[in-house]
Amino acid sequence: MSEHTHSQEKHITSYKTYFIVWVALMVLTFVTVYISYLDFGQLNIVIAMVVASIKAGAVALFFMHLKFEDSITWLFALFPIALLFLLIGMTILDTFTRIFPI
Amino acid sequence: MANHTVATNVYVPFLEQKGFLSWFLTTDHKRIGILYLISISLFFLIAGVLALLMRFELMTPMSDFVSPHTYNVLFTLHGSLMVFFFIVPGLAASFGNFLIPLMIGAPDVAFPKLNLASYWIYIVGAIITLIALLSPADTGWTFYTPYSATTDTDVVMITFGVFVLGFSSILTGMNFIVTIHKMRAPGMTWHRLPLFIWASYATAVLQLLATPVVGITLLMLIAERSLGVGFFDPAKGGDPVLFQNFFWFYSHPAVYIMIIPAMGVISEIIPVFARKPIFGYKAIAYSSLGIAFISFLVWAHHMFTSGISEVAATIFSFLTFLVAIPTAIKVFNWTATLYKGSIELHSAMLYALGFIFLFTIGGLTGVFLGALAVDIHLHDTYFVVAHMHYVMIGGTVMGFFGALHFWYPKWFGKMFNESVAKLAWFLVFVGFNITFFPQFFLGIQGMPRRYATYPEEFESLMALSTYGSWILGLGVLIMTVNLIKGLFSDEKAPQNPYGSLSLEWQVPSPPPTLNFDKIPIVTDWTYGYGKKKEVDA
Amino acid sequence: MEQANMDHAEGHDLHLTPEQEYGISKLGMWLFLGTEIMLFGGLFAAYAIFRAKYPEMFLESHQELNREMGAVNTCILIFSSLTMAIGVTAIQRGKQMLAGIMILVTIICGLGFGVVKYFEYGAKFAHHIYPDTNIFFSLYFMMTGLHMLHVFIGLAVLGVIMVLTFKGKFNEKYSTPVEMGGLYWHLVDLVWIYLFPLLYLVG
Repeated sequence: MSEHTHSQEKHITSYKTYFIVWVALMVLTFVTVYISYLDFGQLNIVIAMVVASIKAGAVALFFMHLKFEDSITWLFALFPIALLFLLIGMTILDTFTRIFPI
Repeated sequence: MANHTVATNVYVPFLEQKGFLSWFLTTDHKRIGILYLISISLFFLIAGVLALLMRFELMTPMSDFVSPHTYNVLFTLHGSLMVFFFIVPGLAASFGNFLIPLMIGAPDVAFPKLNLASYWIYIVGAIITLIALLSPADTGWTFYTPYSATTDTDVVMITFGVFVLGFSSILTGMNFIVTIHKMRAPGMTWHRLPLFIWASYATAVLQLLATPVVGITLLMLIAERSLGVGFFDPAKGGDPVLFQNFFWFYSHPAVYIMIIPAMGVISEIIPVFARKPIFGYKAIAYSSLGIAFISFLVWAHHMFTSGISEVAATIFSFLTFLVAIPTAIKVFNWTATLYKGSIELHSAMLYALGFIFLFTIGGLTGVFLGALAVDIHLHDTYFVVAHMHYVMIGGTVMGFFGALHFWYPKWFGKMFNESVAKLAWFLVFVGFNITFFPQFFLGIQGMPRRYATYPEEFESLMALSTYGSWILGLGVLIMTVNLIKGLFSDEKAPQNPYGSLSLEWQVPSPPPTLNFDKIPIVTDWTYGYGKKKEVDA
Repeated sequence: MEQANMDHAEGHDLHLTPEQEYGISKLGMWLFLGTEIMLFGGLFAAYAIFRAKYPEMFLESHQELNREMGAVNTCILIFSSLTMAIGVTAIQRGKQMLAGIMILVTIICGLGFGVVKYFEYGAKFAHHIYPDTNIFFSLYFMMTGLHMLHVFIGLAVLGVIMVLTFKGKFNEKYSTPVEMGGLYWHLVDLVWIYLFPLLYLVG
């Protein structure tokens, strides 16, 4: 009975929080564009992906309220990402360790 | 709840309402289950007839009944229809729909309208695929590149049909996960859930997260054919094996989408007819999730001879053996449940026992094929065909037939002829083994799959297999007629003919539209047969 | 005799509470977003493989793309995510007018994104760059095309939600469709956050 009746107050994010997140996103966008004009070799894509992931994390946590969700939501938000890494990782492993590359 | 004015509880079975619209626009999970049941059964019978035609062609070494091209079309259609239209939606969509809300004590699924939508999306996908029959594909159900990118037959249409079907599968999976999480009756804790629910949950996760990958893969294939892109074309810098990687990332988990619900069915049937609590409840429950998880890690064992790297092949071969662990856990626990039980050989129980026997053969031959070195010899031979059919017919279809006989009284409120059902089971079981057991030998001797002709030394085993297919076909025919005849019989089914303890048997047969008068409060687990015992509090 | 383990006398009403319905919708939406990740995932995986295989081709080809247009579109989408988020908070506080206007701004941004994309595609075709030019552009057109499709679906959904918001169908007690539309729109933004650097910046 208990799990059905305790009505949890919905968390409402303030406008201020959204503005702060938005400013952060814009700054990060500027940073990633700026860095793309510099040449760090292989590091360029690493930096770009790290910045993108920080941005994506901010969108998910605050705009999408993931920060305030229960563990099941977290599980179903993160598990597909793990699967995606598995798909990319194992396919790359196959493609680049072939004796006779196709 | 005291001041609620409860409506007078007049029992109206969900089948009461008549008329086209009451089916076309129904959001009742039990009716949608019936719609699925009829559709998938129809596809099963059609694809089964195609199989009989193929076996007939294979009776002689020469290509005398159909041309080799027609044979290619036949096996493509047989595979595509069986896989995408019968066995993937299969038990999950039909019995899953019917049983999940009843078993967890809910009035319906979480998204009833979406449930109806996913059925009609399934039908749209089926219609698109039927249109594709104007120029039927000859690629096999796996649509491997580069052939699928170059053949003149209409690959785009059939893959688009399958793509649409994927939506249906995804929506069903999502619906079931949310239903199981959010709609359980008070007291129905995770460790009191019927094992069919655990199996459906594991299946739904696979449907949800593996299906989109095949969706995008088929879109890429369509782009390959219509826009001239070259993801899978070596001439344009692409990689045909990449298609296989993506395809099997879905299609291996899809194998478990097909089999896990059947395992759930077996876990329900066995304790009822052995009158014993299920042995190793938690082990069976978590092994369903375990199989689902491991299924994501083993896809490349379908590709050992496709030119993948040896490093990858070794890793995937090793990981493949892991699947045997949760699978064996299930088989041992079912056997342990049977041990010293007072067994009643109802037709549903016969199918369940058939499942354990045949699925064990299918599973163990799977271990042969998972071994890298052995697979090099056996790959793409009849050994694979036999293995796959032992798992798919010996496993899933046996589970499907078992479920049909087990829940038939509950679903339709009628009884079928039990003696005829037993006869049909005998023919199916014997016919199946005669059809497919010789194929293990054919495979070991090197007979490759997907050929309309073969050397003469294989003729006797091939002919034996064809004779078996006739017995199997006859068995299925008798079973179908028996079940359909039962619908028109006057014999009303009692509420709980087997004395089962799970919730769906505690409501009238057929169940009322909203399943329960009130949401029940569950006080114990589902398997308290014989002595009462709960796994944990 | 064995007894079924349920209590017949006691029991709940069959109707779901609003809290239950809200939880159901939200979990369903998150599951759906998970499938979207896997759908785009196939293309991301293809990107990873072919970029590792042909770094020069990716480097050369990505310079054909218009970095400024991409950056402008990124800013547009991020801003639309902001207005969408504000719209959700507004409706949760019962401010229907503000919520409606915010969703309208979101839709305008989405349309603006489409217009920029239209000119981008046009410029590519003018330079005789098509999906079959090379693997990079195959990926470029498929990834941005699939994303564009999601933008259009999002616009259609938000359009309906906006009309209903202005009609006063939602308020602080019931705002589920606005929140679900918002989640979907943020996902569209989230995918673009990865597409932009991968295609326009690092190739």
